[in-house]
Amino acid sequence: MSTHFFADTSVLLGRSLRHIGRSPDTIITTVLTPLALMLLFVYVFGGAIASGTDNYVNYVLPGIMLIAIASGIAYTAVRLFTDVTSGLFERFHSMPIARSSVLWAHVVTSLVANLISVVIILVLGFVMGFRTSATPLAWLAIFGILTLFTLALTWIAIIAGLAAKTVDGASGFSYPLIFLPFISSAFVPTETMPGPVRVFAENQPVTSIVNTIQDLFAQRAVGTDIWIALAWCAVILIVAYAFAMVRYRRRVA
Amino acid sequence: MSAAVSVRGLEKSFNDLHVLRGVDFEIASGSILALLGSNGAGKTTLVKILSTLLRPDAGSVTVNDFDVTEHPLEVRRSISLTGQFAAVDEILTGRENLVLVGKLRHLGTPGALADALLARFGLADAGSRRVATFSGGMRRRLDIAMSLLGDPKVVFLDEPTTGLDPEGRLEVWKVITDLADQGTTVLLTTQYLEEAEHLADRIAILHEGRIIADGTFAELKKLLPPAKVEYVEKQPTLEEIYLSLVGTTHTSQPGTAAEE
Repeated sequence: MSTHFFADTSVLLGRSLRHIGRSPDTIITTVLTPLALMLLFVYVFGGAIASGTDNYVNYVLPGIMLIAIASGIAYTAVRLFTDVTSGLFERFHSMPIARSSVLWAHVVTSLVANLISVVIILVLGFVMGFRTSATPLAWLAIFGILTLFTLALTWIAIIAGLAAKTVDGASGFSYPLIFLPFISSAFVPTETMPGPVRVFAENQPVTSIVNTIQDLFAQRAVGTDIWIALAWCAVILIVAYAFAMVRYRRRVA
Repeated sequence: MSAAVSVRGLEKSFNDLHVLRGVDFEIASGSILALLGSNGAGKTTLVKILSTLLRPDAGSVTVNDFDVTEHPLEVRRSISLTGQFAAVDEILTGRENLVLVGKLRHLGTPGALADALLARFGLADAGSRRVATFSGGMRRRLDIAMSLLGDPKVVFLDEPTTGLDPEGRLEVWKVITDLADQGTTVLLTTQYLEEAEHLADRIAILHEGRIIADGTFAELKKLLPPAKVEYVEKQPTLEEIYLSLVGTTHTSQPGTAAEE
């Protein structure tokens, strides 16, 4: 194998980050929808939703961050899809580079881009009244979980980017992911939901992640939720990575 | 002269579709081989196998004396691929595209090499513009320039003039003959028979998964009955009319334009 993995990945990462720098709309549109949802839930529905907290911004912020990540990875798929259809993907693979750096550059770009949108959401949350007493260790745990969540969803985006036939297909896969937080504890407590919906809400990945981040922000004991959250992220990551590799091998031998 | 590319008994199938059914040919070092074939004949599949993007099912394929399945990285060090569509990054500038490839080829001074290639391909003025603003001919020139970074010994050009206007086509022809003059081995696939006639040292015809003819143009002509002498009024071709009207001749082409 080539010994240039880190050098090649950083060259290709620089290229993708330049793409984002030149079309900042990919960050702005990623942030815009979650921001609109946050405004809607806090200032329109918030008064009617009894979330059991006196600060509803604190309650919805973790879910809003997950929605931002779920919509942000659509751009990862589109960027990869564009490389595949333009022939750049094949050009890179016919060159004497570490081949794995082609996908990893897209993965790291996805992490950077989503981190930027999460930080923007956090800042806007503070403006709207978000308050936390989280310790540095809790912040570290929050960003660790968000990074793992982003990484897991990014590998789903890689599958979409490699498999899609059209650019709409490459981005469309993210809609169900964006919708998941709505049927979770992100906006209303799951106890208020009717039977089957509640069963689904309490046993899907977003709820455990949201609960964990809510607890970390509020300095409450996180309980078993954090382990369930980590397990979900790890399982999604491993399965998505495996399928992405199958798709990848169909593209290049 | 030794063979820069050697293909023996190459087979490749996609499920039930037997695209290549025992392909044999060689390209002598420093020469141009034109590979002709109709759409779907398997030209692109063959080029992808030679550039290590696809694995052969059977047969032996060596490029620059390296086997494509056993030493793919060495093959990639020896070659460059220009695919059917100009593989350029639209969001980057022309110069940034070249620097990107230079860095990925781990060349010492990618910036200086990029500037030299921009000048050689008549793109010096456009180098700082985003590729999204380039014309089709400019994209193809940039695409080929990107393939020449690092001076690969063997260059694969898959239908390099498809979709180009007549001037753009002549520009690419000039680049290809220059390459061969410098000792680069070129495999060119094309659907334009006059392109093969004009450029290639040897011509191979890929048909139904096999090479059915392989030789110089003179040799291939012998496959047909001897020429008859007929008197035909010489009419200008539309290409000649077009080129004389827009003021381009076969002797003034880019590359030379950049040096003027």
